[in-house]
Amino acid sequence: MKHKIIGKRVKRVEDPRLLTGGALFVDDVNLPNMLHAAFLRSDYAHARIKNIDTSQAKTIPGVVGVYTAEDMGDAWEPGPPLVSPPPTLENVIFNSRRQVPLVKDKVKHAGEIIAVVVAENRYIAEDAVEEISLEYEPLPAVVDLEKCLEPDSPLVHEDLDSNLAAHLIQQKGDYQKALATADLVIKKRFHLDRGAAAAMENRGLVVDWNEKDQHLMVWDATQSPIPIRNGMASRLGLRTHQVRVVAPFVGGGFGPKIMMFYAEEMVLPWLTRQLKRPVKWIEDRRENFYATTQEREQIHEVEMALSREGRILGIKQKIIHDTGAYDPYGLTTPLNTQSHSMGAYDVENYYSELTVVFTNKTIVTPVRGAGRPQGIFIVERMLDFAARELDLDPREIRRLNFIPPEAFPYNHEIIDQAFTDLVFDSGNYLPAYNKALEKIGYDKFIQEEQPRLRAEGKHVGIGVVPFIETTGVGPYEGARVAIEPSGKISAATGVGTQGQSHMTSFAQIIAEVLGVEVEDVSMVTGDTAEIHWGTGTFASRGAVVAGNAVNAAALDVRQKVLALASKVLKTPEDELELEGGQVRAADIPEQSISLGELAILANPFRGAVEPGTEPGLESTKYFGPAYGATAFGVHGMILEVDPETMMIKIHKYVTVEDCGTMLNPLVVEGQIHGGVSMGLGNCYYEKLHFDESGQLLNASLADYLIPSASEMPHIEVIHENTPAPNNALGTKGVGEAGAIPVPAAFMQALENALPEYNLEITETPLSPNRLYELLQKKERNK
Amino acid sequence: MENQFDLSLTVNGVSYQREVDPRRLLSDFLRHDLGLTGTHVGCEHGVCGACTVLLDGAPVRSCLIFAPQAHEHEITTVEGLGTIDDMHPLQEAFREAHALQCGFCTPGFLTTLLPWLEEHPQPSEEEIREAISGNLCRCTGYQHIIDAVKLAAEKMAAG
Ligand code: FES
Ligand code: FES
Repeated sequence: MKHKIIGKRVKRVEDPRLLTGGALFVDDVNLPNMLHAAFLRSDYAHARIKNIDTSQAKTIPGVVGVYTAEDMGDAWEPGPPLVSPPPTLENVIFNSRRQVPLVKDKVKHAGEIIAVVVAENRYIAEDAVEEISLEYEPLPAVVDLEKCLEPDSPLVHEDLDSNLAAHLIQQKGDYQKALATADLVIKKRFHLDRGAAAAMENRGLVVDWNEKDQHLMVWDATQSPIPIRNGMASRLGLRTHQVRVVAPFVGGGFGPKIMMFYAEEMVLPWLTRQLKRPVKWIEDRRENFYATTQEREQIHEVEMALSREGRILGIKQKIIHDTGAYDPYGLTTPLNTQSHSMGAYDVENYYSELTVVFTNKTIVTPVRGAGRPQGIFIVERMLDFAARELDLDPREIRRLNFIPPEAFPYNHEIIDQAFTDLVFDSGNYLPAYNKALEKIGYDKFIQEEQPRLRAEGKHVGIGVVPFIETTGVGPYEGARVAIEPSGKISAATGVGTQGQSHMTSFAQIIAEVLGVEVEDVSMVTGDTAEIHWGTGTFASRGAVVAGNAVNAAALDVRQKVLALASKVLKTPEDELELEGGQVRAADIPEQSISLGELAILANPFRGAVEPGTEPGLESTKYFGPAYGATAFGVHGMILEVDPETMMIKIHKYVTVEDCGTMLNPLVVEGQIHGGVSMGLGNCYYEKLHFDESGQLLNASLADYLIPSASEMPHIEVIHENTPAPNNALGTKGVGEAGAIPVPAAFMQALENALPEYNLEITETPLSPNRLYELLQKKERNK
Repeated sequence: MENQFDLSLTVNGVSYQREVDPRRLLSDFLRHDLGLTGTHVGCEHGVCGACTVLLDGAPVRSCLIFAPQAHEHEITTVEGLGTIDDMHPLQEAFREAHALQCGFCTPGFLTTLLPWLEEHPQPSEEEIREAISGNLCRCTGYQHIIDAVKLAAEKMAAG
């Protein structure tokens, strides 16, 4: 089908408000009589609380109350398990331990909440927090992913006999058999460290219990307003209609804003019901570093069995995944790692053992990429090492192993993060890979530029890495589309928006289907008053799952429009067309009626709506895929490293993306650019340094470095299109893609730039210091 | 309350007289006392640049300044740049180039760039990167922001 509006570089409808300071973010909500909360957070990562004395804090003028776990009484209960039960595999161990609203006896990570102050303003609330006196008994902290499993390790959860949070094995084929026939077996150990999502807007919450109305109004900077509404209602013993949650404009999500429930989301609703006054809490950046979820720490022991020609015969992997102090988000992240550790390749034999451990660190939940970057890093690094051993061109070994186009749908015979079969729906990898090589100028670089620059004493290298991304998983999303009497369209979906341009790209779908302008569509995202069912914005699924629900609802409305117009215009439906907000007979333009007039006719004030029909031109539809849509891409970069200062400059960056049908290429490109910047952070700049006592040493944006414009290269984005076969729009997700392959491509390029050192980089992130250490080690061993 | 400071200042051309707590941050004063919530606070420690406003025409970080320090000065916030129906060419350029995603960092970029563009009417990409290197954006990777600045320079040159 030829599209008029879908796939166009449409300017965003949300921008004018954002550009003029007129968009509502959570901290912009100011209600009469509103109180402010501030939290006392643990200084220790692991400590028993001996005594809390809040009496002094309560005497400060302007303080309304100071509360500890004890004060919550029966309302004190841990958060709900978010993604459980664990998958339906055999012999799965899963110990569910969930975060608590206020710590009762033992603190399990630095930054955990011990008490809350409510005061007339935030300045007073923070003053009062300082006046709470607290006696701790510090305990040895559980920090190291391997030591924590030793029998004499201290325990994060003392009711368990070890720090094991989960254990499972996934396999396909028979790895041992593959090993027996292999010409080459490579074994490596990898360590991937933690980073922060660091959305520019911190978390925040305004809650307002109206006693007379018996209604709770909530503004929450969340990616998941509907589950938040459901959970708040059930925790407070309310019906869902008594709670409305609005996720207004949200200043970036990147995963952690879908964690549910943060302690603050459990404490504040309780407070507003106690106090019968609105309460606001806005996280500050320091709290964000301690209390907002993080990701990426894993240790891998990997084996790859290959034939002499470079064909992968099998992969064996042992993963230790750090979940932090609790595991509310289940196994989503490490399951993604398992799903991506075979990359874009046809691997017949796979054995993957996953061990998840509790540590005294901030809770781990998905951060843009969500376990996928680790998987891609492993498989791509292993192929680089294998190519070296076999004396193969790194490009040839990849071409040899790609899943061929005729093999789709390709069933990996393991389960993915959605607990459904890991099936790659479609793909055409080789042409996209070749295009990336061509665009980055691989041959010319290797043959001409690199030798010339090396002769000038410059250390330049190239890295090109393909990757897959499983996207658009279930369970489902919904959308409601309605034509108003004015002829304008109102629409809603349950996913929240944190910059992904939903208000524009979903409006494009509706405008396409109903023949109106994008500006005529008012798209509400993230307001539970507008739609009852939904899950949230995660797993690169908005454009796939919500997008297709929007499409289905719009098509249904179109059908209603045609049926009614056919009667009114006395013309068969198939002779009618929708354009410019009008329905008209194809050949007789004057024989037409506007959508607004039809909407009025469809909702008569008198007379009767025919039996079996519904009033209005409105429809609500859902979309739930059996399995996801798998996107593909290739990132290539040319970088230069100065072996004196270890500073790195990226001279060229090319990406080829295949996310199926694009709703808006401008938006897709923006998503890629942003993803790459986070990916580069994960390569060389962004590392959360926890010391052996579980203290985070760089909890500020001055010490934790997210890339600025000076570090970012210009990124060229090239689009390929292999439409998803299992959804009407043909869309695949792209929200996380930009971040996924960057570390693998970066390390390949870095090794290529420093051939005399023969580096084998098996860790992320590096830093100038760490690279210096690695080079020194090589120097000493020379 | 005792110890209040009698603050008078001009914000976006409007003069205000207010009593404030001497320790009140300028960012809080603008956002919560005057209701000018377009100025955003991303870090409260002077790094992210989201809270940038113009003080007598020069960009400053309103999270690092006490409101009394703005006494008898002129402040411009993002609300002073243009309106939805009459946006500044810089704002228009940001929209055309898709230079914002979540939009949280955007007001700080706009206020940083406004005086800078007046001094650098034909900026190179390198200069633009330098000019915005003190403002963090987690969504865009900066590329579309750089496109927008070039476009804005063209628009402003064309008048
Ligand atoms: S909020 Fe002022 S610089 Fe970040
Ligand atoms: S647009 Fe989201 S931080 Fe810049």
